[in-house]
Amino acid sequence: MTGRPRLAVWKFSSCDGCQLSLLDCEDEVLAVANAIEIAYFPEATRRDDDGGNYDISFVEGSVTTPHEAEAIKDIRARSTTLITIGACATSGGIQALKNGASTKDFIDAVYAHPEFITTLDTATPISDHVKVDFELRGCPISKTHLIELIAATLAGRAPQTPAHATCIECKMAGHVCVMVAEGKPCLGPVTHAGCGALCPGYARGCYGCFGPKETPNTASLSARLAENGADRRQIKRLYATFNTNAPAFREEAKAHD
Amino acid sequence: MTDTTIKVDMLARVEGEGAFKVVVRDGRITATEFRIFEPPRFFEAFLRGRDHSEAPDITARICGICPVAYQMSSVQAMEMALGVEVSQPIKDLRRMLYCGEWIESHVLHAAMLHAPDFLGYASAIDMANDGHAATVKLALDYKKIGNAIVTLLGGREIHPINVKVGGWWKAPKKRDMLALREELMRALDMAEAFVDFTASLPFPDKERDYHMVCIEEPNGLYPMYEGTRLISNRGLDIPATAFNDHFDEHHVKQSNALQGRTKAGGAYLTGPLPRYNLAYEKLSERAKAAAVRAGLGREVKNPYRSIVVRAVESLFAVEEAIRLIEDYEEFDPAAVAITPRAGTGMGASEAPRGMLFHQYTLEEDGSIATAQIVPPTAQNQPSIEEDLAELIADELDRPHEEIQWLCEQTIRNYDPCISCATHFLDLTIDRA
Repeated sequence: MTGRPRLAVWKFSSCDGCQLSLLDCEDEVLAVANAIEIAYFPEATRRDDDGGNYDISFVEGSVTTPHEAEAIKDIRARSTTLITIGACATSGGIQALKNGASTKDFIDAVYAHPEFITTLDTATPISDHVKVDFELRGCPISKTHLIELIAATLAGRAPQTPAHATCIECKMAGHVCVMVAEGKPCLGPVTHAGCGALCPGYARGCYGCFGPKETPNTASLSARLAENGADRRQIKRLYATFNTNAPAFREEAKAHD
Repeated sequence: MTDTTIKVDMLARVEGEGAFKVVVRDGRITATEFRIFEPPRFFEAFLRGRDHSEAPDITARICGICPVAYQMSSVQAMEMALGVEVSQPIKDLRRMLYCGEWIESHVLHAAMLHAPDFLGYASAIDMANDGHAATVKLALDYKKIGNAIVTLLGGREIHPINVKVGGWWKAPKKRDMLALREELMRALDMAEAFVDFTASLPFPDKERDYHMVCIEEPNGLYPMYEGTRLISNRGLDIPATAFNDHFDEHHVKQSNALQGRTKAGGAYLTGPLPRYNLAYEKLSERAKAAAVRAGLGREVKNPYRSIVVRAVESLFAVEEAIRLIEDYEEFDPAAVAITPRAGTGMGASEAPRGMLFHQYTLEEDGSIATAQIVPPTAQNQPSIEEDLAELIADELDRPHEEIQWLCEQTIRNYDPCISCATHFLDLTIDRA
């Protein structure tokens, strides 16, 4: 890279929250704008995609329409480094709850004129369609991770975003375990770190925003959840939320159909 | 330019994906189209069969900009369906959480997304690099206070985790609230300066006679959290539960978001202008004084001045959060117990960009049978199309680029949240 790297921020099917995280870095965003040329970021600037190449592309959102399935290939071809930001882009997001259901029933449930709606039967992560260089987890992503990701990318090193469990972060934060002490269902043992064990700090169980950690033992956790009185439907729902299409969570939810 | 099409295929500086088109024939606008192509995500469909307790977390994901609004309307609807009345301290904390979202969302929109339209820049970053660095820095610092409120009460800015059907997971510590109060006291000067900045912008001199709709709160409060009634400047005054008796949602071809209209078929406006016009007396004295200083009359019908109203509402939200902190005492338990039952419930609250209505029916076991979510931008779509037709009509002799700019600015008056509405934006001016 010569000069400031060119950044593009792309949106697929999503809530906009992860790209908003960049604007929520109030103390850093102007410094980032000095270090990086924000060449395309429609949520923040009127500047059009000039059709050229980008050094870094941040991709938010999952692929849910035929148009998106095509667009991501073009973006990949024009991006030196492509990074997905957030649960939608990384695992499919909450909208992947439609996977396996009848899309027609879904359209009929929401829209009076199904013939106006064009959508795929599935919501899929970006990595199902193109090569992804790095995936940032979370629903939403952590601002700390985002700044680390930008700093690491500028320095040409790998970002430090540990893949261990939220459970570890919880111990480090010194929280009393909500599952052991209060029997509350908690996905902390199988969920990727990143939030700083937020929910246990607020007296509730982790609900898995960051998706599965590396090598999660979901079967063991489900057995414990059942011992604590959760029925099969509750266990299924617990895995089937914002990372419902992440393989480890998808399989465990399926095992409780 | 007697025949032309002004269009933008990807409207920038809004949340989500939208487009617009203005068709000009023989020098007159014959059609305007605000098109939302944000892909549908089918929330109302996959909420079916989920537990009532999951609604605030799931519906928050409709919108990363105003997740609190989704949480607030959904918990109120669920509590009604479940026959649960929550205590005043629980409601007060929810109102305070909402103050945080109003500040961060209003200031983000006003400074980062809308102000560049008035000043002729592509983005706030370009503004900052061209002599407006102090203003952009002010806005970022100010917005951060809004995020600090949401973070203390909700756990994090985006998709807060502490909101629960029946109350809260955990009530905040008084000492943490008092520490936040110090930051809010410092934000008052920023809030006043921000009102003055918005008032200094050049405004197109245009007005429209809108049908303005907003919620009414039970305790004489400025409309925000608890919409027990819906009122309008044309005499509407109904219980919020009767929303579906007075309003319809229509599915039109150009939009993946349903369009809201009154039963009589009329467009209506929801958002800062209706709140200001219908509830001016309920603003604080300081907010009213700031409005007077900013040149706002008792009535505001110029949609371009909505940016000033947002700044006034943000100042009000800072004061309101301070008031709520001063009245705060820790409480436990943080939530009332819920017993699942069948029922129907509605919830209406004021997202920063307008009224957000939720309705759910529950099965005996407390799982969701049906869900209906009516976001503000969906309701404002017909009004946006009318604005494009009426406010641009006498501007057609100007160069294409200027008309397009004005169209975009006009749409951004609404702070459209397209991710919400689809559950976006692209300008076409068609002159054949």
